[in-house]
Amino acid sequence: MDDSHLSSAAHRSFVSDSFALPKFPDTIEWRTGAKMGRFAGVDYLLVDSLLSEQELLVRQTARQFVDDEVLPVVREAYNQGAFPRKLVSQLGELGFLGANLEGYGCAGMSNVEYGLIMQELERADSGVRSFVSVQGALVMYPILQYGSDAQKEKWLPRLQSGEAIGCFGLTEPDFGSNPSGMRTRAEKRNGEWLLNGEKTWITNGSVAEIAVVWARTSEGIRGFLVEKGTKGYSTSDIHGKLSMRCSVTSSLHFSDCVIPAENQLPCAKGIKAALACLSQARHGIGWGVIGAAMDCYETARTYTLTRKQFDDKPLAGHQLVQEKLVWMITEISKAQLLALHVGRLKDSGKADAAHISMLKRNNVAMALECARISRDLLGANGIMDEYPIMRHLCNLETVKTYEGTDHIHALVIGERITGIPAYR
Amino acid sequence: MKIIVSVKQVPARDSNLRVASGGKWLDDSDLSYEINEPDAFALEEALQLKDAQGGEVVVVCAGPERAGSTIREALAKGADRGIHLVLPEDAVLDALSTARLLRHAVKNEAPDLILTGLQSDDLGYGQTGVVLAELLGYAHATIIMQVEVLDGALRVKRELEDGWFQYVTLPMPAVLAIQSGIKKLRYATLMGIKRAKMKPVETILAASLGLELGRAAIERVYLPARSKQSQILTGAPEQVAAQLVEKLKFEARVL
Repeated sequence: MDDSHLSSAAHRSFVSDSFALPKFPDTIEWRTGAKMGRFAGVDYLLVDSLLSEQELLVRQTARQFVDDEVLPVVREAYNQGAFPRKLVSQLGELGFLGANLEGYGCAGMSNVEYGLIMQELERADSGVRSFVSVQGALVMYPILQYGSDAQKEKWLPRLQSGEAIGCFGLTEPDFGSNPSGMRTRAEKRNGEWLLNGEKTWITNGSVAEIAVVWARTSEGIRGFLVEKGTKGYSTSDIHGKLSMRCSVTSSLHFSDCVIPAENQLPCAKGIKAALACLSQARHGIGWGVIGAAMDCYETARTYTLTRKQFDDKPLAGHQLVQEKLVWMITEISKAQLLALHVGRLKDSGKADAAHISMLKRNNVAMALECARISRDLLGANGIMDEYPIMRHLCNLETVKTYEGTDHIHALVIGERITGIPAYR
Repeated sequence: MKIIVSVKQVPARDSNLRVASGGKWLDDSDLSYEINEPDAFALEEALQLKDAQGGEVVVVCAGPERAGSTIREALAKGADRGIHLVLPEDAVLDALSTARLLRHAVKNEAPDLILTGLQSDDLGYGQTGVVLAELLGYAHATIIMQVEVLDGALRVKRELEDGWFQYVTLPMPAVLAIQSGIKKLRYATLMGIKRAKMKPVETILAASLGLELGRAAIERVYLPARSKQSQILTGAPEQVAAQLVEKLKFEARVL
């Protein structure tokens, strides 16, 4: 074989040892597949110009991961009602579990960076984002905030890597919006705790190695770490969900369940401790749902540009359709600014629960409305699983209710501006 | 093993690409930028070689201020340090000028290997790596799909046309121009992004080097004109079929 064209100088000892003709290049998939259908972002108001280089890089990692690894599996996972467990270790490796916490292998990202990750994950599916929210904000956060050094060392590295999964047990069958009425009790006996009661609507419940459980004691509400396999502790999954089908939802049952004293969270005192965890998670939700809204909007925009009706004109060229697209992009842009502002407040230590209530309530309602409008714009195709709309729509109905219902957040804001609590 | 990866920052292919009003370049008002795709694979190859062999990966980039973000992305993925040759925002260099700049950054490093993408996604010269090798007097090979380190030498797999591959052995130091798509790219993990902040980036103002940088000028940027042509072939079916195959092969080039 002639390889003289390779040797531009005589002193270089090139040896062309062989030629080969394979059936097909074995690498074609990465070359063409990886870049197909990349999400280019939704940024009407140039909100990206308010983000730092590092924030953009974090989002890029999350965005690429979602495009490459999450989107290809969510449709099937949702249809099967199966949690895509293979994502867990990848989420851990990338640093997405407990991303905004410091130490124990956590990356110590800012709240804005954390929010951008949630946004990208929920662009794929609210259930996947819920998994990450619960693990980071409702399990790792309370252990880091209220746990002993031994508890932190035992659990945080494993939770960060995804080797262990956690869940958060606060809601009970009879106490949802009013958690302080909880009936689950922990009594001290011979230096141990005896736990009795039931928790329900618990994300990750049956797949969790560790449950952060809140219970009434003679000293007030306290938090406990309940390990899978503890005698008297069992879980059962909630079946028949038509929403959040990528995510495991369970009930937790405690029947004379013996918890060693060292598994109590020493610094968690009162319902406030549990509510502080919820503030962490709700902040992430306020960002996450923007991702779902972006996916709905972008799907509807592309669809209406492609589909033609009446005089061979794209649907997007009709006034009623444009008005709907404009409503969505306007609300998404406002939601982005709200999330960014609250995220910055949180980073500077100035965000309180009432601020986060506005973020959660507004953005979830906005995203749900975007999903409904997009469903409308896609016509009959809007109900099909080949488009993400119906999945987002069903998921967002859950997101409107969990982590503080829309109504409860209205009352939190109402109390803040009037000084009058109106919950009862 | 000391590996230098030469990368370029280019307009992101997913961003809003519009020709600027002057018709000489893209409108950059809402343009986002990314690492040139073949360079991302060169970086990945370098990081995998480092994972296997140990050593150091140094990322070099000639570009305006904003290109610093591409260097930091490479550091977040695992490169050890960076060298930024800072150019004015509107600089358009020819391949020789870019190679001269890169040589300046590389010459004191004495690397074993220089990897770069086989071409850039914006200007697409496909020459910079080869010219750099010639300036340095290094061996070089292009369109590389696989790199194997032998004792003091490299065995590489090149992609030729029509699905043919060529295996070449060459001495080090060498410059390899890497083909896109040869490996799965790693992500910049959050810990990697955090660690990148501590890694050194040396900044050199290109203008301060006193190099002769011949400037290429772009005369006009435009979208390819779309045209529709219809041809009706007439004759006996077997002749028409033969003509059709001929046209599909040599005009449409789809067969």
